Amino acid sequence: MHWDTVINLLVSAGLEISVLVIVSIGLAVIFGMMGIINLAHGEFLMLGAYVTLSATRAGLNLWLAMLFAALVVGLFGVVIERLLIHRLYGRLADSMLATWGLSLILAQGVSYVFGPSTQGIATPLGNVRIGAYSISAYSFVLIGAAILMLLLVLWVFKRTRYGTMARAATQLPAMATAVGVNTKRINMWTFGLGAGLAGLGGALLAPLAGVTPSMGQAYIARAFMTVIVGGTGVLTGTSAASGLLGGIQYLVSYLSNPFLGQGALLILAIVILRLMPTGLSGYWGRRL
Amino acid sequence: MKTIIRIAALIPYLLAALLACTGVASAAEPIVVGSILDESGPLNTYGKPMADATKLAVNDINAHGGVLGRQLKLITYDAQSDNAKYTQYARRLALRDRAVVVMGGVTSASREAMRPILDATHTLYFYNEQYEGGVCDGNTFLTGIVPSQQIAPLMPWAIKKFGPKVYVLAADYNYGHISAKWVDQYTKQAGGQVVGTQFIPLSVSQFGSVISKLQSAKPDLVVSLLVGGNHIAFYRQFASAGLGRDMTIVSPTFGLGNEQVVLSPEESRHIYVAMPYVQSLDNPVNKAFVAQWHQVYGQDYPYITDSAVTVWNGWHLWAEAVRKAGSTDRDKVIQALQSGLTLQSPSGLVKLDGASHHVYQSVHIAETNDHHGFTVIASEKNVPPSYENSVCDLIKHPDLNKQFVPGGQ
Repeated sequence: MHWDTVINLLVSAGLEISVLVIVSIGLAVIFGMMGIINLAHGEFLMLGAYVTLSATRAGLNLWLAMLFAALVVGLFGVVIERLLIHRLYGRLADSMLATWGLSLILAQGVSYVFGPSTQGIATPLGNVRIGAYSISAYSFVLIGAAILMLLLVLWVFKRTRYGTMARAATQLPAMATAVGVNTKRINMWTFGLGAGLAGLGGALLAPLAGVTPSMGQAYIARAFMTVIVGGTGVLTGTSAASGLLGGIQYLVSYLSNPFLGQGALLILAIVILRLMPTGLSGYWGRRL
Repeated sequence: MKTIIRIAALIPYLLAALLACTGVASAAEPIVVGSILDESGPLNTYGKPMADATKLAVNDINAHGGVLGRQLKLITYDAQSDNAKYTQYARRLALRDRAVVVMGGVTSASREAMRPILDATHTLYFYNEQYEGGVCDGNTFLTGIVPSQQIAPLMPWAIKKFGPKVYVLAADYNYGHISAKWVDQYTKQAGGQVVGTQFIPLSVSQFGSVISKLQSAKPDLVVSLLVGGNHIAFYRQFASAGLGRDMTIVSPTFGLGNEQVVLSPEESRHIYVAMPYVQSLDNPVNKAFVAQWHQVYGQDYPYITDSAVTVWNGWHLWAEAVRKAGSTDRDKVIQALQSGLTLQSPSGLVKLDGASHHVYQSVHIAETNDHHGFTVIASEKNVPPSYENSVCDLIKHPDLNKQFVPGGQ
């Protein structure tokens, strides 16, 4: 193998892994810190993509539009938490049903407002030549963005006052309340943070594929797979599961075809969950 | 006495009621016709323009007096990109709504879901969409372009212009698998060579591994048999990796879902297609059709797809056959359809072949342009569905019911 083939393979596999991190980190925050399984996660991604689309059409710079999308979807998450989610804490099945209903409403609502047809944003930045290969420069942006999103989550939970309280509220909720942590408020911000990360994820994906009201469905299964395989540790779980699943999917796709690539991802997920029922981070005893 | 007067006063009403029962009024009762298409979900990128064309065609037929002096009543169902819904709605249209004809189906998988049900319930069926060819069924008429009209001219033209090494990317269901065989056959006939084939599930929107393989295989031509909203990502990722410098995309499916509208002109530059219809066709029927379309759906309608015009053709051919048969009875209408009907369509002259239930039509090789549309490069008129004509004669063998595929089976 030539050096350029190796670099191309590494970047492409890195891209596959990064996409998994980008689509699942928001879901992981909400699941890991709150124990809520947000079935509307795919639609939060989709909303992020539509906000980016609308903002760029209104003349906003693409990169600013992406940050704007994160902010809008994050605030939307806060509103949803106040209206819907906070009534359903501790009722797992009810919260799943409610978020699933929400996902249908969002997909149909967006279809109503923006029309059902596929829209899109052209991929920015052109391409880079590496030996005999050329690689989309946007791939490097996505890899960088995935790393930054992981670092952001690390910083928020390790370095901010909110993060410390959020971890306390997850690990010992009764004690946290006893020492004066307002768990209600914490949960509101955690849900908002997860939604905001999902919005940013959707915004980052918008220039990669088509933007449609049903685009969430294309990512949601893999996002759930990543989060369940990763377990409740937001950082360790997401990064390890993305690396393993994304890596195997890319490798098998490259050696055979995308169909077997998807199959390999599913088989690996089943094997891991059989051996480590609490996911990778649960097996390692990691909480973040 | 009072009672008698009362009864006498009722007489005119009784007479009117009697008249209503004898069928004088039922002549004005509408004829129920049905359509099932994907108006939502990932396949609506094809289904929406086809559904718009359905309404336009039925309204147009009604505006011209309907058929047999009666108006058409269109019942539509949205199958939501779900094949299970097609079987459910096909049954409902045939058994509950009693539609005399059902048109619809977007993917070949959806057609194959509906076809047996409509066969069994003796409900006439039209499939109006480009497809992989070979369906031979006495109850089914297929107005879309088939490989012997589309891939047959496209491959020799492209191989001559761009080179002989061909890489095939196909959607992973019956359409993609059968069409890939056709590409293989026509490539060999044109002196080319297929160096690789990949089948991509409809749910895939990440084409990183495919892009890597294309860069290793270095083909001259990439034949895209990709389908659906997720697969649009391929063209975008192909362009952003700069592969357009080294290889050229030709496609029988590109444009049917208005991919050229979604992508920027830079991303869709130099993609070549073969289709019976592009919106810019210069003929009076098309001018009137486009004007009518824009009047109903707005001047800013993205682009009228080939599939939309195929739907329009299907409805008008059926209406013509009913007028000729003087009845909506299935067997009489099939007989009229088999008598060699022609239609001046927006895509030019369309001639229904009675034996194969497919159509002769114009085919244009076209290139994407800077205005989210296509520019015609070469055209041929009255192209026969030659493969279907060679294997399928439903006049001689009315009980035939199978799909012929290249290489037998």
